[in-house]
Amino acid sequence: MTKGKIVGLEGSFAVAEAVRMANADVISAYPITPQTHIVERLAEMVADGELDAEFICVESEHSAMSACVGASAAGARVFTCSAGQGLELMHEVLYIPSSMRLPVVAVVANRALSAPLSVWCDHSDAMAIRDIGWIQMFAENNQQAFDLTVCAYRVAEDKEVLFPAMVHLDGFYLSHVIEDMVMPDEEEVVGFIPEYEHPFVLDPDRPVSMGCYGPPFIYSETKKAQEVAFENTKSKILETWKEFGDVFGRHYSPVEKYRMEDARIALLTMGSSGETAMLAVEELREEGKDVGLISLRLWRPFPFKEFRDAVKDVELLVVLDRAISSGMGGPVCSEVKSALYDKRKDLNIVGFIGGLGGRDIPVKGFKYMVNRALEKVKAIERGEEIETEMIGIRE
Amino acid sequence: MGGEKLGWKDLEIGAVVTEPGSASAYKTGDWRSERPVRENEKCIKCGICYIYCPEACIHEDEEGYFESDLYYCKGCGICAHECPRDVIKMVEEVEE
Repeated sequence: MTKGKIVGLEGSFAVAEAVRMANADVISAYPITPQTHIVERLAEMVADGELDAEFICVESEHSAMSACVGASAAGARVFTCSAGQGLELMHEVLYIPSSMRLPVVAVVANRALSAPLSVWCDHSDAMAIRDIGWIQMFAENNQQAFDLTVCAYRVAEDKEVLFPAMVHLDGFYLSHVIEDMVMPDEEEVVGFIPEYEHPFVLDPDRPVSMGCYGPPFIYSETKKAQEVAFENTKSKILETWKEFGDVFGRHYSPVEKYRMEDARIALLTMGSSGETAMLAVEELREEGKDVGLISLRLWRPFPFKEFRDAVKDVELLVVLDRAISSGMGGPVCSEVKSALYDKRKDLNIVGFIGGLGGRDIPVKGFKYMVNRALEKVKAIERGEEIETEMIGIRE
Repeated sequence: MGGEKLGWKDLEIGAVVTEPGSASAYKTGDWRSERPVRENEKCIKCGICYIYCPEACIHEDEEGYFESDLYYCKGCGICAHECPRDVIKMVEEVEE
């Protein structure tokens, strides 16, 4: 049951279309490759009168997020988008909507961080902001980029959530690729994202102070309140995805599984590389290996329960990181290890780092990871310590 | 007032403060390591201490002398420094 019209659309334009249907009131963003097509398309929509929004032109991403914070505090539905260094320039201000509980929606076209200068995809920018208190969802294709942007508004603005939400789509792999997708009826999208009212807005008739000074006697209490509220957002995210599935016929889970029913080996990826990994799973299955694929759709809040359930029958977990946590290995691998600590002592976890700065990981790359991980398990059994390996590196 | 007593469940969403002017409850006097002590017999009631106080915590009493509100006074000593008659001495605060 998938309703709507099949269209061929670039990932960036699909996101812009979701924002138009969400009828955002205020848009403020600064162009940066590979996100630029999103903001350009939205600027065009506003100029052409297709979207009745205030488009605030700014001189930097720091100002773009600041404008979004102010507009959201005034009760507006807002949007911004960025990538790579732009998201890093925004970094300081990203803490403000999460701690002030403002439902800003942002889309990031994942990009590597300098130096050397790279405009191409990896997940370094997404990982650099994982501790800030934004809901972070990863799209695997353009359809998901559209759907998750629609869901981001519904989740973020829910009275029991009121946290900013970010949708990640891989730069170029999705942002610049034209794929066919189902474009739902606008009325149904509008109906799915109701008008919202924040309990506290900047209003001269009902004055409040926002972002106040928090001396030592109260700062810890504010952080406790924020953290408890953030952990509680997961149930609303699940509820929203369930309702989205009921209306639009596409179902999302925090941990997506592919051929995991009888899998003893699981590959774990995030973002667009999941579709290549699926092909590798098929080929490895033909070779007689019990391989499945896990894709983390929801990165923050981390879906501990769903993740542990997904790997409960797995003996070997092979994790791909498209980012480096310098001096620590891969951030995703170290986090899944911590999620399983004390729960699964029998599970071998082998991490790889690859796909940095736009380096493609072909099907054979995923097959290499699985086969190499099986060798490493033998090393672990011999009592050897194994290191995170960077794949596809020329000596 | 008394934010020191608030628990995390008492806070509004986003730690929004709904009571206007609540900053006046904040006891900046806690910062003080020295307090101003006056010898009013030397005071000429010129009001220079009142004008210079950066905390605006000095007020005039019924007789025209000046007093510091120790709930807010941070003990910066500017009043003592500016007083033309050396009325104000800064005396170290001691643990009670």
